[in-house]
Amino acid sequence: MKQPIVIAKNLTKSYTKGLRALDNVSLTVNQGKVLVVMGPSGSGKSTLIRTFNGLETFDRGELNVLGIKIDSTHDERQIQRIRRRVGMVFQQFNLFPHLSILENITLAPINVQKRRQIDAEEYAMYLLNQMGIDSHANKYPSQLSGGEQQRVAIARALALKPELLLFDEPTSALDPERINEVLDAIRRLAEQGMTMVVVTHEVGFAKDVSDQVLFMDSGKVIEKSTPDIFFSNARHERSRKFLNQLDKHS
Amino acid sequence: MNRNQKIFSQFGICIICISVIGILINNLTINLIRTGLGFNFSWIFKPASFALAEHVLPYSSSDSYAWALFIGWLNSLKVIISSLLLATCLGTLIGFARTGKNSLLGLFSAGYITIIRQTPLLLQLMFWYFVGFLGLKNNMFFHIKNIFKISNQGIEFLGLTLSSEFSALLFGLSIFTSAYIAEVIRGGILSVSRGQWEAFRSLGLSERKGLLKIIIPQALPAIIPGLTSQYLNLAKNSTLAIAVGYSDIYAINDTIINQTGRAIECFLILLTSFLLLNLLISNSMETINKIIINSRKYN
Ligand SMILES: Nc1ncnc2c1ncn2[C@@H]1O[C@H](COP(=O)(O)OP(=O)(O)O)[C@@H](O)[C@H]1O
Ligand SMILES: [Mg+2]
Repeated sequence: MKQPIVIAKNLTKSYTKGLRALDNVSLTVNQGKVLVVMGPSGSGKSTLIRTFNGLETFDRGELNVLGIKIDSTHDERQIQRIRRRVGMVFQQFNLFPHLSILENITLAPINVQKRRQIDAEEYAMYLLNQMGIDSHANKYPSQLSGGEQQRVAIARALALKPELLLFDEPTSALDPERINEVLDAIRRLAEQGMTMVVVTHEVGFAKDVSDQVLFMDSGKVIEKSTPDIFFSNARHERSRKFLNQLDKHS
Repeated sequence: MNRNQKIFSQFGICIICISVIGILINNLTINLIRTGLGFNFSWIFKPASFALAEHVLPYSSSDSYAWALFIGWLNSLKVIISSLLLATCLGTLIGFARTGKNSLLGLFSAGYITIIRQTPLLLQLMFWYFVGFLGLKNNMFFHIKNIFKISNQGIEFLGLTLSSEFSALLFGLSIFTSAYIAEVIRGGILSVSRGQWEAFRSLGLSERKGLLKIIIPQALPAIIPGLTSQYLNLAKNSTLAIAVGYSDIYAINDTIINQTGRAIECFLILLTSFLLLNLLISNSMETINKIIINSRKYN
């Protein structure tokens, strides 16, 4: 029996009074599964996945990540425990510009997990190799293309051997010809059985990689379906409208 | 503006500058003739015949004016450098508190910065001198086992004695400057993008480690220039020493002018001393800046 990695119950959050960025969101992600989150801009996708590692607080509801419970009190100690076991990849890469690629990746293993530098570097080189960018280990982020930077960011998130990976539109800031190298890296992680929550607008990729698709609008979960149903025969009018618009743009 | 207009306006500016300098030189000559002293520095080797309460190097009233001035310069240097260090530590702490997550600390530091910046420095110096030190009971106000003592005699720490004049100036200058440094630090920290904070947090790094390893190294290039200008301000503000009776270069200059009437020579000396001091500060900061930039392997 696969155990749940994320259980969210009735998550509700407002940044400004009366406007709900999250409105009673409930979901479960089981071990080894990939949840793709879709929805128009401003629908609350980023807010949702950022609550999973405590980058964002919420006002009501409960969250259980890897058996660690957090609620609206946002207990820093619990959040710190979660962050050590959950990796995150951002739309803007957010690599540390003053550190080399290798230092970017070994920072957390050395400072958080107290691993020895040589061990951390050895594992970092293995990860860079997996991402196909080991020749850049001693360069600085600004010397790499967007696609390469994002693959470094994935390696950095993997360095702590996370049990859950969060992706927030990992290819939205990339040039079109750089998108596939990143999507392929994420596909391989899915094949290896990594549990992931991925916010993306890439339909083809979402079809391949997801076990479930969550469609959000105005902070609400509109539809939760398998990719087969969602992409060919979405149950809700709003989902179908959204997919139509995506088609027109690509 | 076309070329001709440019040349014309620059010509105008030149004429104005030359006229102003001419007027000043004229006034100076008239003054020199009126006082009948002439312009020379030979008096500088005559005995000063005034006492100095505070001197880093040996000094007696039979020493020359030149030596008294040098002692004053050292006194200035002493109070400037120690205030500079204290102000930097204090300002950094307040700056961090201002940007940190703790809202109570944030509120406190915001209040501190506002109050300190909205009151004149002279008033603050007077406060520290008359209320802070001289207002204390003559024996003792605060002490830890004779290791650390605060009384109206000043501060005593491990055999090191700081006069109440020096202490008041040190406190006043440090606290005043720290409020400005705190704002410089805050500005530097805010110049680092939110994404950098989110990235280190998502990796499980503590706030302290993240600040130290990720935020500060990126904030430094934005902090150093602001810090330099606050240090230069501090150096210039240190001339308010005269208000609490601390014998810095300005106060000693003032005494010498009263004794000898050599106002012009003394002002030249004062000017040079401060030029030297500020060049020292800005060059050191420039060096630090260069080291930081050169150690950076990215752009
Ligand atoms: N830091 C913030 N402060 C105020 N409002 C915010 C903030 N972040 C997001 N929002 C608002 O919350 C809603 C959801 O935003 P977000 O989660 O970023 O949506 P998405 O990722 O789906 O585009 C939007 O209306 C957005 O304007
Ligand atoms: Mg978003």
